[in-house]
Amino acid sequence: MVTLHINGKPAQVDVEADTPLLWALRDTLQLTGTKFGCGMALCGACTVHLDGQAIRSCITPISAARGHKVVTIEAIDSGRVGKAVQAAWRQLDVAQCGYCQSGQIMSATALLQGNRQPTDADIDAAMSGNVCRCATYVRIRAAIHEAARSLA
Amino acid sequence: MADIPRITNESRRGFLQGAAAFTLALYLPQPSQAAPTAFEPNAFIRVAADNTVTVISKHLEMGQGTYTGLATIVAEELDASWSQVRVEAAPADARRYNNLRMGPMQGTGGSTAMANSWDQLRRAGATARAMFVAAAAQQWAVPVEEVGVGDGVVTHARSGRHATFGQLVAAAAAQPVPTDVVLKAPKDFKLIGKRAPRKDAHDKTNGKAQFTQDVHLPGMLTAVVAHPPRFGARLKSFDATRAKAIKGVVDVVQIPTGVAVLARDTWTAKKGRDALDLAWDESTGFKLGSDEIFRRYRELAKSPGAVARSDGEPDAAFRSAARVLRAEFDFPYLAHAPMEPLNCVVRLTAQGCEVWNGEQSQSADQASIAALLGIAPEQVTLHMLYAGGSFGRRASTASDYVLEAVSLAKAHGGRAPVKLVWLREDDMRAGFYRPAFHHVIEAALDAQDRLTGWRHRLVGQSILAGTPFAMMVRNGVDPTSVEGASNLPYAIPNLLVDVHTPTDIGVPVLWWRSVGSSHTAYSTETFIDEVAAALRVDPLTFRLGLLERQPRHAAVLRLAAEKAGWSAPLPQGAEGDRRGRGVAVHESFGSVVAHVVEVTVKRDGSFQVDRVVSAVDCGIAINPDNVRAQVEGAIGFALSAALHGQITLKDGQVEQSNFHDYAPIRINEMPQVEVHLRPSTDAPSGMGEPGVPPLAPALANALAAATGVRLRKLPFATDDLKAASA
Repeated sequence: MVTLHINGKPAQVDVEADTPLLWALRDTLQLTGTKFGCGMALCGACTVHLDGQAIRSCITPISAARGHKVVTIEAIDSGRVGKAVQAAWRQLDVAQCGYCQSGQIMSATALLQGNRQPTDADIDAAMSGNVCRCATYVRIRAAIHEAARSLA
Repeated sequence: MADIPRITNESRRGFLQGAAAFTLALYLPQPSQAAPTAFEPNAFIRVAADNTVTVISKHLEMGQGTYTGLATIVAEELDASWSQVRVEAAPADARRYNNLRMGPMQGTGGSTAMANSWDQLRRAGATARAMFVAAAAQQWAVPVEEVGVGDGVVTHARSGRHATFGQLVAAAAAQPVPTDVVLKAPKDFKLIGKRAPRKDAHDKTNGKAQFTQDVHLPGMLTAVVAHPPRFGARLKSFDATRAKAIKGVVDVVQIPTGVAVLARDTWTAKKGRDALDLAWDESTGFKLGSDEIFRRYRELAKSPGAVARSDGEPDAAFRSAARVLRAEFDFPYLAHAPMEPLNCVVRLTAQGCEVWNGEQSQSADQASIAALLGIAPEQVTLHMLYAGGSFGRRASTASDYVLEAVSLAKAHGGRAPVKLVWLREDDMRAGFYRPAFHHVIEAALDAQDRLTGWRHRLVGQSILAGTPFAMMVRNGVDPTSVEGASNLPYAIPNLLVDVHTPTDIGVPVLWWRSVGSSHTAYSTETFIDEVAAALRVDPLTFRLGLLERQPRHAAVLRLAAEKAGWSAPLPQGAEGDRRGRGVAVHESFGSVVAHVVEVTVKRDGSFQVDRVVSAVDCGIAINPDNVRAQVEGAIGFALSAALHGQITLKDGQVEQSNFHDYAPIRINEMPQVEVHLRPSTDAPSGMGEPGVPPLAPALANALAAATGVRLRKLPFATDDLKAASA
C-alpha cells in the first residue's frame, strides 16, 4: 500500500511500486480525466502536475510520486491559472475529440504558472510534447494567449 | 443500470438520473395515462418538465462537433434557447436511427452526419414547436396563428401570456402530431449560421467526458492481447506460466486473434502479456516489404486496369499530341492513430451482450457480434461513449477490435465484464490502414498548347472487396479507390481513369479521413499544376479556365486566392530562404475546399509551412466556427501525413510502433490558418473530411514554386528540396 497526495488529499493505492502513476490514477483511484495515449512520454495525454511541474504520468512510477503533491485535471480549477486556462479552452471551443485536452490543459497551466506572458516560441517549447491528432493547435495557441490576457 | 456510464453533456444531471429519464422516454408510450413528465414528439427530442430539451444524437461524437451541430438543427426549428439544450446518444436501433445516406444501417461516417440529418431534424424540431404552439393556443383559448415561440418561451403577444416549454410538457404531449410542418426560411435562422458553443466543451475540459477507456464496471477485468507478429500468422503454442505468476493476473485465454491476459488493471495486464511465452506459425503470414509491394504496383501500372471513367477518345488524343507530360506517384500505408488507442468493454449477460464503445458502425457491429455469439442482433446492446478520435478507424469493415473484445469475454466464460485495451503499439500494428497506392498520370497537349487528353491509372488494394460493402464494387472498380480521380472537375475532352486492384496483398486496409481523396487529390492537383507550369500559365488562371462548368470550384478558388493576396507577389524571406505559394482545390463529400499554402524553404531543404488560407463551400454552415475548426484540424491532420506519415513493412512486419516513428505534427509545425466560408443556401454537405485532400497538393505546389522540385512521393523527403548551392 502506497500513500500518494492527489488533488489536496491523501490517497492510498494497493499496487506494485513499478506501476506508473497514470494507471494508479486511472484504474485504482478512477480519476480517469488523465488519459493514456502512448505509454512512452511521447504524446502528453497523461500530463499531470508533480509539485507544480508538468510531468508525464505514464512513465512516472508511483514510487517517484510518493511524498510529492500531484494535481490532475479533475482539480485544475482549484487554482486561478488553471481556471483561466479552462475558461479560455471553453470560450474558444478548443476541444474536438477531447481525448488529449486534459494533458494540453495541464501543460498550458504549468506554462502560465511560470510565465504569465508567453510568446509563440514559449508556447511551442512548452506544448510541443503534447500531441493532438485532431490538430487543434491553432486554438490551443489562441487559448493560451487568451488565458494570459485574462490573468493580466 | 446505475453502473452504466452514459454520455450526458450537462454533467449536473448525473449518470443515474440521465439513465432513468432515458428509460422513461424510451419505454413509456406517449402520451401516457398519467400526466407525462416528458414530451417526446419523435425519436430525436425529449422535453422535460424541468425545461431541458434533450436532443437524441443518432451519430457518434468523435470530435467533429456532431452533437453540437445536430442539436443546433433541432433547436433552430424548435426555437429553443441554446442553454436549455442537452445532447444524449441514441441507442443502437437502426429502425429509428439509421443514417439516411447508408440505407437501413445506423452509422457515422463519410461526413454525412449533418447532411443526412438536416431535413429529418428540422422536421423533428418544427413538429415539436407546432405541438407547443397548439398546446398554448388551447390553454389560452387564442388562435394558433397568434402564438409565437422565441428562446424557449411560448408567447401570446396580445394578451401578454407566456409559458416555458417545461410548463407546457403535459399539454404538448396531448396534442396530435402534425403530419406537415412549415420549416423556416434560411433568412430567419437564429442559431444556424451563428456560433453556438459546443455542447461537449465543458466536460472535455475538466476530465469528466466519458470515453471507452474510462469505463469501470464492477468486477471488470482489463485485457491486453499478444497479437501475431505479422498479418496472417497464427499461434502455434503458448506458455502462460510466467504471466499467471504475476500478482493481479486473473486469466489467460486464447482467442482467434492471439492470446489475452486478463488482469485487475491495465498495467498488470500489460506485464502479463509481456511475460507470455509465445510460438507463432508464420508460414501463413504476409512477408512482403513496402519496396516489393510498390515494385509490383509499378509493374501492374504498365497494363490497362478496370475503367472507372472514359470520356471522348483518350488514346487518339495521346496519339495526336504535340507533347505528353507524365508523372508517377507513390502513397504509403497510413495509420489512423487516434489519440485514444482502440478499446472496447464487453459484458455477456443471460439476455445477450452489452458493449461500451465509441461506436461508429452500430448495425454492422451488432450483426458481427450477434453472429459470433449466436444471438440475435437486437440482443446486442451498444452503450455509446465519446470517441477519442477515429478518422475512420472505428468503422472497421471487419468489426475487428469489437469482435476481439467479445471473443475474450466469451473465452473467459462471461464470468466478468472485460475491457480490451490496445496499447499504442497494438493500435499502430493492427492494420486497417489507408491503402498504399501507386498512380500514373499523363497529359496530352496539342500544338496549340491545349490540354486535350488525361490518363490516370491507379494501383492499390480495395477497401470494400471482401467486406459487407463489397456490392459497392462495380465492374472491378472500387469507388473508394478512384473517388476524386474519376470525378476530375476539369474540362478535358478525352479522359481515362482506370484502376488495378491487387488481391494478393495481405495488409488489412480501411477508409482513412477523406478515403480515396486522400491520395487522388494529391496526384490530380499537383499534376494539373505541373501542366500549368509547363505551359507557363499561372496555376490559378489555368484551373479557372478549365472550371467554367464548375461554379463552386471556381468560386472557392477565387475566394481563397483573393483572401491570400494571390495577385500580389509573395514577400521575400530571409537571406537564403526560398518562399513559395501554391494552390489546390478538391471536392469531396459534397463540399468543395481550396487551400492556398505559403511556405519557406531553407537551404538544407527543411521548410516551414507559414500560412494556409482556405475557402469552403459546404452549403449552409450550421456552425461556421465549427466548420473553421474542422478545416484547421483537417489541415493539421493532412500535414502530419504529408510531412511524416507512413506505415512501412519490412519482410511483412510493420516497422512503426508509436509516436516516435509515426509522428503526428506538433504545435510548432502548425501553420497559421484562415478559413473563409462561401455563403450558401444549399443544404449542408460534409465537413469532417473535405479539408484534408487539398492540403498536401497545395503544399507540394508551394514547394515547387519555391524550389522547382516536384515531390511525387509521400511523405515528403526534404533531401529533395536542398538548394543547388547548399
